[in-house]
Amino acid sequence: MKPEDLRYAESHEWVHVSEQDGQQVATVGISAFAIEQLNDLVYMDLPEAGRTLKAGEEFGEVESVKAVSPLYSPVSGEIVEVNSQLPDNLEWLNEDPYQKGWILKVRMSGDEGLDQLLDHAAYQKQCAESG
Amino acid sequence: MRNTQSTRLLFELSQPGRRAALLPPLDEQITAAAEPLPETQAADGPPPLPELAEGDVIRHFTNLSTLNMSVDTHFYPLGSCTMKYNPKRNERLAALPGLADVHPLQDDDSVQGLLRLLYELQQMLAEISGLPAVSLQPAAGAHGELTALMVAHAYYAQRGEDRRVVLTADSAHGTNPASAAMAGFETRAVKSSPEGLIDVEDLRSKLDDQVAVFMLTNPNTLGLFDHQICEITQAVHDAGALVYLDGANMNAIMGLSRPGDFGADMMHYNPHKTFSGPHGGGGPGAGPICVRDFLEPFLPAPTIARDADQDHYRLEYDRPESIGRVRTFFGNTGVLLRAYFYIRSYGGDGLRQVSEDAVLGANYLLSKVKHILDVPHGDRCMHEFVASASKLKKEQGISAMDLAKRILDYGFHAPTVYFPLVVDEAVMIEPTETESKETLDAFAEALFRVTGESGDLVHEAPHSTPISRPNDVAAARKPIMKWTPKDS
Repeated sequence: MKPEDLRYAESHEWVHVSEQDGQQVATVGISAFAIEQLNDLVYMDLPEAGRTLKAGEEFGEVESVKAVSPLYSPVSGEIVEVNSQLPDNLEWLNEDPYQKGWILKVRMSGDEGLDQLLDHAAYQKQCAESG
Repeated sequence: MRNTQSTRLLFELSQPGRRAALLPPLDEQITAAAEPLPETQAADGPPPLPELAEGDVIRHFTNLSTLNMSVDTHFYPLGSCTMKYNPKRNERLAALPGLADVHPLQDDDSVQGLLRLLYELQQMLAEISGLPAVSLQPAAGAHGELTALMVAHAYYAQRGEDRRVVLTADSAHGTNPASAAMAGFETRAVKSSPEGLIDVEDLRSKLDDQVAVFMLTNPNTLGLFDHQICEITQAVHDAGALVYLDGANMNAIMGLSRPGDFGADMMHYNPHKTFSGPHGGGGPGAGPICVRDFLEPFLPAPTIARDADQDHYRLEYDRPESIGRVRTFFGNTGVLLRAYFYIRSYGGDGLRQVSEDAVLGANYLLSKVKHILDVPHGDRCMHEFVASASKLKKEQGISAMDLAKRILDYGFHAPTVYFPLVVDEAVMIEPTETESKETLDAFAEALFRVTGESGDLVHEAPHSTPISRPNDVAAARKPIMKWTPKDS
């Protein structure tokens, strides 16, 4: 996945929606910008597959040497897969946040939340303004 | 010269058979107990304790004690922590035998003096806060937050209201949302305005019949007194919710402004910050809370009561609506007594001057630091202020952490960094009331010099401390929890 092809939440999660078996599945991660801002990551808490999320709901947290930051789901639906290796290999987030660093796959229950997402250019602009 | 031999681990210094005192051989036969423990319960052998001579032990701990920075040895502008000087008078008085050598299970009659001091402390804390009902039990500030939220929960339960949400400011101490979660509430953050105050419109949009409590710190963690405070507390009350004041920053407003007067319903004090008392070491701390009269029935039991007709003090357990006990006995009395002596030593006018001097010192330092680092939230502050190393990092590659590490080499404790979260590359400075102009000038001078130093020198700092830069990431991800001998 290329960062240019993804969509982004204001809270720095990225989303890639694809169709699998006739259903919309969103892959969710966090952006390279967010990871750089967080600094050295030490801990990540992720949910179990099977849980249902609403767009904007907190699903986990990531802790750096500086602070703990909540992770918010950009979409609504059921978690079908979790990158369970990730918490033990947090360096993947630094090395490859858009492939190896994916966090969740969510089978979407609808389009809720999608209209709030930014495209790459708009997200870059937001980062430039805040950083 | 530093003695690095003696500061090795006691286990590494140990030699078999070495002792502080060598006893003569026993002249009686030791016989096994009549009913020895079952074999499954017995240890394999004696515990492997280190064996050392008395001198080795003294040298070990004395040398270790010199490796630390403390408020007795260094200027300690650790923002948010209020590292004020602790007058030695308090230590002397708190160690008086009638206070230090009593047991919590003694009868009330035999500890009247101690109970009287604690009773009077309740009254003094009530007067300073403007909130009449006090519990001295909570063992730390965050424990006070938790206790007060449990009181709020009991209050709403009695009213038959099911309110599940606690609002916190996005600049809050992390303990606020943590305490709310621990008490079983859902938390939502209220945004800060560009000026660093509460965004009142955002607050209003989040207030509804689900909100139980709004927790805020005033002055806030940016060192700003929120001038909208009466509007804020009115809005919270109009929604049927309670206002909790995080009293962490009371050092700025003693005798000047009272939380009860600006609309707070509950608050805690951090006596170690506001009224002196030892910081650090993990405690014991204390976090007494004050609440409005309608919340009094729910306070933890026991409270300290006085029977006026007999001039007798006692622990009051008859509190049917109380949330119960949150700490053994009367709380951590050692810290509470230091607060009592501090308050009595200064008196009302003195406490007011403590706050005025804390604010004056911080503003003086701000007036110097603003020429060295950006200070995003204005030209005036209360008892502390937050600068930003953001520009320094972009232009010279020196981060807030680098600055904090390097300032140690100049003989100053570091300021707080990366808090509050609403300021990028935050450097949070709180000088406290007892620092002289000379000390503040010297600190500003050191800060100025660090910003002109080469990146290489600063990135490797500190250069003068026994340990330079511990690996924070490895410490968090792969902590070594116990010592193991090298040859095993």
